[in-house]
Amino acid sequence: MRIAICVKEVPDPTAVKRIDDGSHRLVRSGENTLNPYDRHAIEAAVQIKEGPAPDTEITIVTMAPESAGRSVDRALAQGGDRSIHIADEAAAGSDLLGTARVLAAALKRESFDLILLGQQAADSECYVMAGLVAELLEVPCVTQAASIELADGSVTVKRQVETGYDTVKAQMPCVVSVSDAINDPRYPPLPAIMGAKRKPHEVVTLAELGVDASTVGAAGAATSVGGLSKPAGRGDTIVLEDDGTAAEQLLAFLVEKKVVA
Amino acid sequence: MAGIAVLCEVQGGEVARGSIGVLEEAARLGAALGESVDAIVCGSGLDDAKLAALGGFGATTVRVADDALLASGIAQPVVDACATAQEAGGYRYWLAAASIMTADALAGLAARLGAGIVIDAVELHAEGGALVTRRSGLGDSVLAHCGFTSTVGVVVTRANAFAATDGNGGTAPVERFAPTFRAWSQAVTLVGHEDAVETGPDISAADVLVAGGRGLGDASGFGQIEELATAFGGAVAATRAVVDAGWYPYSAQVGQTGKTVTPKLYVACGISGAIQHKVGMQGSGTIVAINKDKNAPIFDYADFGIVGDLNAVVPQLTALVKARG
Ligand SMILES: Cc1cc2nc3c(=O)[nH]c(=O)nc-3n(C[C@H](O)[C@H](O)[C@H](O)COP(=O)(O)OP(=O)(O)OC[C@H]3O[C@@H](n4cnc5c(N)ncnc54)[C@H](O)[C@@H]3O)c2cc1C
Ligand SMILES: Cc1cc2nc3c(=O)[nH]c(=O)nc-3n(C[C@H](O)[C@H](O)[C@H](O)COP(=O)(O)OP(=O)(O)OC[C@H]3O[C@@H](n4cnc5c(N)ncnc54)[C@H](O)[C@@H]3O)c2cc1C
Repeated sequence: MRIAICVKEVPDPTAVKRIDDGSHRLVRSGENTLNPYDRHAIEAAVQIKEGPAPDTEITIVTMAPESAGRSVDRALAQGGDRSIHIADEAAAGSDLLGTARVLAAALKRESFDLILLGQQAADSECYVMAGLVAELLEVPCVTQAASIELADGSVTVKRQVETGYDTVKAQMPCVVSVSDAINDPRYPPLPAIMGAKRKPHEVVTLAELGVDASTVGAAGAATSVGGLSKPAGRGDTIVLEDDGTAAEQLLAFLVEKKVVA
Repeated sequence: MAGIAVLCEVQGGEVARGSIGVLEEAARLGAALGESVDAIVCGSGLDDAKLAALGGFGATTVRVADDALLASGIAQPVVDACATAQEAGGYRYWLAAASIMTADALAGLAARLGAGIVIDAVELHAEGGALVTRRSGLGDSVLAHCGFTSTVGVVVTRANAFAATDGNGGTAPVERFAPTFRAWSQAVTLVGHEDAVETGPDISAADVLVAGGRGLGDASGFGQIEELATAFGGAVAATRAVVDAGWYPYSAQVGQTGKTVTPKLYVACGISGAIQHKVGMQGSGTIVAINKDKNAPIFDYADFGIVGDLNAVVPQLTALVKARG
């Protein structure tokens, strides 16, 4: 079986994020890391390989500047066999539609049985890439999978909806995005981290994928940000590090605010 | 392109309140832009008389796709229905209140139409003769004024962003149409469904909620959450991560897909504070967060935050609250 996993490099979620006033884009020059939600997609693929389909090949696919190589290695270390890294300056500033066009073009070149994504990106907190990519590939799509089972050329997924849990069956090839509760991603052992660099890396440009650069990136963006403003905040927050007395201080605060009698 | 289409979701035979809120907001936007608003409803065995009532919330016409393929709540057949409606209607904008189905359906529609899509819009404005959204981002620290360069624009609004009124009692004509379904949309089927069962106290009615997330470590971690909730005379809430993992029942879930709650006090323990959780609890009176990561987004919207190990803080707090008796 051939599994592709779309992974995104995002600014370190533990760092303060900022939007550039001029370009209206997220500042990505700080410390970057693999989107934590995508680690669940990689783990899901590794579990398929360790379980029902041992002959699985796992391909990591990302669209990111060349500097994202470290995040690609990180994804490979966690269980990828090879990577396709779409690096092209013309792709910078892509919105959801542009990114989906690029990813779909890369995925279309090969025949993957299963295409996995994370539930959302930690920077944008969008959660719809799977739906866009599946439509461009004209394949079935299931999002927010809490579990995945394989049988007879299809995947059976349990997923939460507003009214409860649905069990949905999709024929492969298909696109599945996974919930962050589907598994506990393992940290790769040191040899796997060392070995990642030696795995096959393919760096491709938009031209090599046959993507018309005017339909993606900032130039081809279908959405445009004309300005930024600050929303009304919630007001003051008291934050303190627990030194053993935090619970007492909290209770005093609640009593003072008359939240607790 | 002309007009605004609002994808309205039917759940349990009723049009979702969130859909009605967006329909009303679309009507205000349409008035400012000089565009009429159609409600698009997909389902199976739908009741036209009930749907005509969407006219009382601003719909000029209610366009209905009624087909067994639309009964399951699976998004891709809905993409087909919306695309068919778009061929006939030539809409300039598509809107929907965020839900599991609508977000996926409008994402698919955007891809098929080559339309831009804005997620998590919290305001819709008419500016320069066009729709410009306010897209909330980075833990609600910034509002991007986000519009479109594409001929069609697609918007998924944040859950709870637009509250529904009782409407003016008017009605609109209901027109049925037959979608053209694509092969791949039929290659995904619903094979089972478990209804969420209400267990324990109704969290929507509780004055105090103590909420647990993945920081509890495992299902047994909810023991101390329950003890604190009992000490406060409140109830227990949960994130999707722990519900999906089977640590706690779905009826306790707060957030975009779960419940919206407004207790006097919300104590979030081991919860990172993802937007999809926040939208369900940000209306709470006082918000307390206990998290060992000082950069966790939950601290951005807490009134009182404790950076620390919940396994130390929660039992201490329980003892102190009990001692006050
Ligand atoms: C605060 C903020 C808000 C934004 N809002 C919008 C918006 O409303 N509309 C819009 O069009 N764009 C928006 N963007 C831009 C958008 O984030 C980028 O276009 C991005 O390249 C793709 O979307 P995503 O990561 O948000 O998708 P999501 O739907 O959040 O991503 C889900 C999954 O898609 C995969 N994926 C995402 N990006 C890549 C990639 N580059 N390579 C490989 N796999 C990937 C991963 O598996 C990821 O887990 C926003 C960006 C920011 C920072
Ligand atoms: C379409 C969609 C709908 C969604 N709907 C919902 C919804 O309705 N409700 C919802 O909640 N989520 C929803 N989500 C999921 C949401 O995006 C997050 O994935 C989820 O809320 C994360 O749950 P969590 O905070 O429990 O887990 P995590 O994000 O893993 O956070 C765990 C936190 O615990 C902290 N921690 C760990 N150990 C300790 C300790 N010992 N002491 C103190 N702190 C500790 C960590 O620092 C971390 O911040 C939805 C997502 C999508 C895409």
